[in-house]
Amino acid sequence: MTTTLAQSTDTAMPASTDAVGGTRRRAASGKSIGRRLRGLVPPAIVFGVIIGAWYFVSNVVLAPRLRYMLPEPHEIIRIGFMDSHNLSELMQALAVTTKVTFAGLGIAIVLGVGSGMLMTQAKWLEASLFPWAIILQTVPILALIPMISFWFGYGISSRILVCVLIAFFPIVSNTVFGLQSADRGMHELFSLHGANRFTRLWKLQLPAALPAIFAGFKVSAGLAVIGAIVGDLYFKQGVPGIGTLLSVYTSRLEGERLFAAILLSSLLGVAVFLLFGWLGNRAVGRWYNANRG
Amino acid sequence: MTTTTATATATASATAAVRFDGVSKQFKDGTVALTGADLTVRAGEFVAVVGPSGCGKSTLLRIASGLESVTDGAVQVDARNVGYVFQDATLLPWRSVRANVELLAELDGIPKAERKRRTAEAIELVGLTGFEKHLPHELSGGMKMRTSLARSLTLQPDVFLFDEPFGALDEITRERLNGELLKLFQARTFAGLFITHSVAEAVFLSTRVVVMSGRPGRIVADIAVPFDYPRDHDLRYTEAFGAVCGEVSHYLRSVS
Repeated sequence: MTTTLAQSTDTAMPASTDAVGGTRRRAASGKSIGRRLRGLVPPAIVFGVIIGAWYFVSNVVLAPRLRYMLPEPHEIIRIGFMDSHNLSELMQALAVTTKVTFAGLGIAIVLGVGSGMLMTQAKWLEASLFPWAIILQTVPILALIPMISFWFGYGISSRILVCVLIAFFPIVSNTVFGLQSADRGMHELFSLHGANRFTRLWKLQLPAALPAIFAGFKVSAGLAVIGAIVGDLYFKQGVPGIGTLLSVYTSRLEGERLFAAILLSSLLGVAVFLLFGWLGNRAVGRWYNANRG
Repeated sequence: MTTTTATATATASATAAVRFDGVSKQFKDGTVALTGADLTVRAGEFVAVVGPSGCGKSTLLRIASGLESVTDGAVQVDARNVGYVFQDATLLPWRSVRANVELLAELDGIPKAERKRRTAEAIELVGLTGFEKHLPHELSGGMKMRTSLARSLTLQPDVFLFDEPFGALDEITRERLNGELLKLFQARTFAGLFITHSVAEAVFLSTRVVVMSGRPGRIVADIAVPFDYPRDHDLRYTEAFGAVCGEVSHYLRSVS
């Protein structure tokens, strides 16, 4: 418990506590804007250096016939993104991969949170189920690909399955951890007032678990993008995804379009990661971040 | 209701709000926490229990509330509602002050309108008006404890169990909250059972101070506190107050 601050704030309660909290918050945000701008300078310099080195390799190190290995950045943009045919092909593939990512992630979230809740209902359930979740996690996903193609064919459902398999574990483990994070005193309080299993889960364990659960979503979101692209690479039936294009462009030595596809898939990963970070902050940021700080 | 052996006979023992009859408690690991504890808290009494660390003081409360069972003996709690204030404020960090105060009434299924009314009333009673929307991390230790107190008040308890609620607070905050607790005690007619380490706090608050021995806990002294309510802050610095504290201390030293 915090006691050192208590003295001053508690004696002169209403006015001073509010004022102190207010100024502290304002000061913090005022500082961070300036710092953030200054913080951008070093990575910008690194970016410049990398681009410079890139042009150097493309133009000086590589012979023209080998330039597909590392095409110049402006060529990637011109051929990959400015050409309307190429762009629409990329965008359609991106849309497919995004759909697969979110479908897989959605299923993994439902299954992961669901089984996490189930496991915390009884010690024996956790003891008998959790080891299998770990084993699922340790099986290399690539080793399962032939089997998946046996069972589910080479279409979109197999791609989604890869996403689910790869995204499942962080969600289930974080859910289990989070649901067990509410402290004993809180549980006793609920026991004293005859709270049933459902009330305890809904009003105590689940809210307490949200920070961990969202941290799991964030990790799994990144993994789901990887899963979707791996799925594209192996299960090429139906509409092509970004991963499909990656292998097509590679086989045709179309360096510019390959790099454009790589760039897009990275952006998808970043976007999904940021989205879940933002959602997590919306859900629990107000109490959780402050508690940690 | 949260009692272990209480039979719903509200009229049978109108005077005894909480009664321990030869209560013994041995934990699974073999530790004997209590042996043959007899203690009665009558309606309208405020009894403080002092004793060395680990003497089973808290176990008494946990047994009275039903969180622990007895190994031997019986406990009777005659109350419609029991309030229990923990050592920690145990507030839910994602709930505002208002929502935290409302929690127990919510768990006890008190209808919404009544719950809201009691919540507002309890918040006012503990002096947290204006802080309803604050989250626990925005509160000082004393304010957290006030919130915890308000939460129990919404149940309108006739028996109030306190497990060293102010132990972690600084002295000024503690004395201030002692004063406010006494005001609550006068305004409402609940019986109080208050666990503490502090002799002065015990004497200042209570009608009786019970001294427990070191583990296994037994009750070794039961000292009446002769001061009338309302008690003023300055009572602490009177000679008579010092004399009672001295007596309690004397017993405490003899057992620890």
